[in-house]
Amino acid sequence: MTIAVSLNDVSLRYQGTEADTFSNLDLDLVAGQWTCLLGPSGCGKTSLLRLMAGLIDQQHHVSGAITCSDEQGLQNRIAYMAQQDLLLPWLNVIDNVCLKTRLTQGSVSPQVREKASQLLAQLNLSDINHKLPDQLSGGMRQRVALARTLMQDTPIVLMDEPFSALDAVNRYKLQNLAVEVLKNRTVLLITHDPQEALRLSDQLCLFSSEHKLLKLNKPDTAIPRPVDAQLGEFQQTLLAKMQGQHG
Amino acid sequence: MDNSNIKSTFVSRSSTPIRLFVTAIVLMALWQAIVYFFDMPRYILPGPILVFSKLIDNHQLLFEHSLITITEIILGLFSGLLMGMLFALQMLLFKPVRRWLLPVLIASQAVPVFALAPILMLWFGYGMTSKVIMAALIIFFPVTTTCFDGLRHTPIGYLDLAHTMGANKWRQLWHIRLPAALPTLSSGIRVAVVVAPIGAVVGEWVGSAGGLGYLMLQSNARMQIADMFAALIILALFSVSLYYFTDQLLKRLIPWHREQAGH
Repeated sequence: MTIAVSLNDVSLRYQGTEADTFSNLDLDLVAGQWTCLLGPSGCGKTSLLRLMAGLIDQQHHVSGAITCSDEQGLQNRIAYMAQQDLLLPWLNVIDNVCLKTRLTQGSVSPQVREKASQLLAQLNLSDINHKLPDQLSGGMRQRVALARTLMQDTPIVLMDEPFSALDAVNRYKLQNLAVEVLKNRTVLLITHDPQEALRLSDQLCLFSSEHKLLKLNKPDTAIPRPVDAQLGEFQQTLLAKMQGQHG
Repeated sequence: MDNSNIKSTFVSRSSTPIRLFVTAIVLMALWQAIVYFFDMPRYILPGPILVFSKLIDNHQLLFEHSLITITEIILGLFSGLLMGMLFALQMLLFKPVRRWLLPVLIASQAVPVFALAPILMLWFGYGMTSKVIMAALIIFFPVTTTCFDGLRHTPIGYLDLAHTMGANKWRQLWHIRLPAALPTLSSGIRVAVVVAPIGAVVGEWVGSAGGLGYLMLQSNARMQIADMFAALIILALFSVSLYYFTDQLLKRLIPWHREQAGH
């Protein structure tokens, strides 16, 4: 089942600060599609993602409503993928992939391990089940993090620049893989890379320097889009727009 | 790994005991030379040959007293580690405990633990208990502070991830905070194994009926300085072995710490 998420008139102000991080935001995440949020550093896009993930403390000032199309809450229906892979260094690959089961049930059954093993094989990560994260390359680590996200089996996935630390080739490969394995999930991807946003967005928004969301045009083809002349043209227009926003 | 790397690794590993052996021989030769050339009386500085002959002649006596001191050190280490970790956990989990006890813990360091030794003798007698408590008290502060620091400084990303996965406070503590604190705690444990023998021996000096500290005091009073040196050598060997064993054990149990440090 796919779920759409709506943000209505959402504002955030951190305790002890005078200005809002963002205010009166409206955003609709279309069910089963990728929404990319593009913006410069410090514009508040990560704060928005953390707010949706329930990671903003009660002591800060939050207003507005975040609702799901099935009228249930977001809690326990979100998987979070950060810029760092956040693999626990003391657990091997398979235990990292099964982390949610370990944290919610205390132990991991052989059936869950088997499922995790199949997921790893699907992501071309066979034969590393018992390796520690420090024995893996950056690309492999991020793929393991993707396997952990898949294993959480949630309808909504929040991604905070998960590919930014990778080299160009690994980034390209992992973007394609993520689109393939996260099919039919509602994804919100935060990025500061216009090319990545154009490749992966069914819906593209720019977080402006005035902390407002602007909808942007993108190619009409299916994601992941190839890096071709058409994408290049869109990228050029997008960069000009972003430059204008920066002043 | 190419051939030159394999060779250099092999040479460096195999040469460590050889290096230690050569250093020990050179130091003892220097010690013997000082005794010989300066004509040192044996009640001031006995030569290494005399000390080693005492080690062999009095091995039964030395063994009995060593056993007492070693037991005190090991028991003191375990109690100090347990108390320190429990105290750190309490400060993490209960904010009022932290607010009230952290300043007390820091202020307590203004009182030298050695100064407490006579009071401990008075309260717990001349037996093993007072020495175990001395050893435990002397390691309590480094263990508590390193454990608390480790528990407080869990990478925020790990906790965020656990939160989005729906982990409760206790599972976060057991599966995330505690393992993440182990590398910092291991530094405290390394300090603890070095200072715990000091606590036990000081306790024996203040008042006891057995142990290497007691033997050293008795030998000193009877001008049997070679016996005193023999006890000192056993104490030093045990402390070094304990540190080496703990260090290897921690490296094995917390392999990710070494890998992270190496990055």
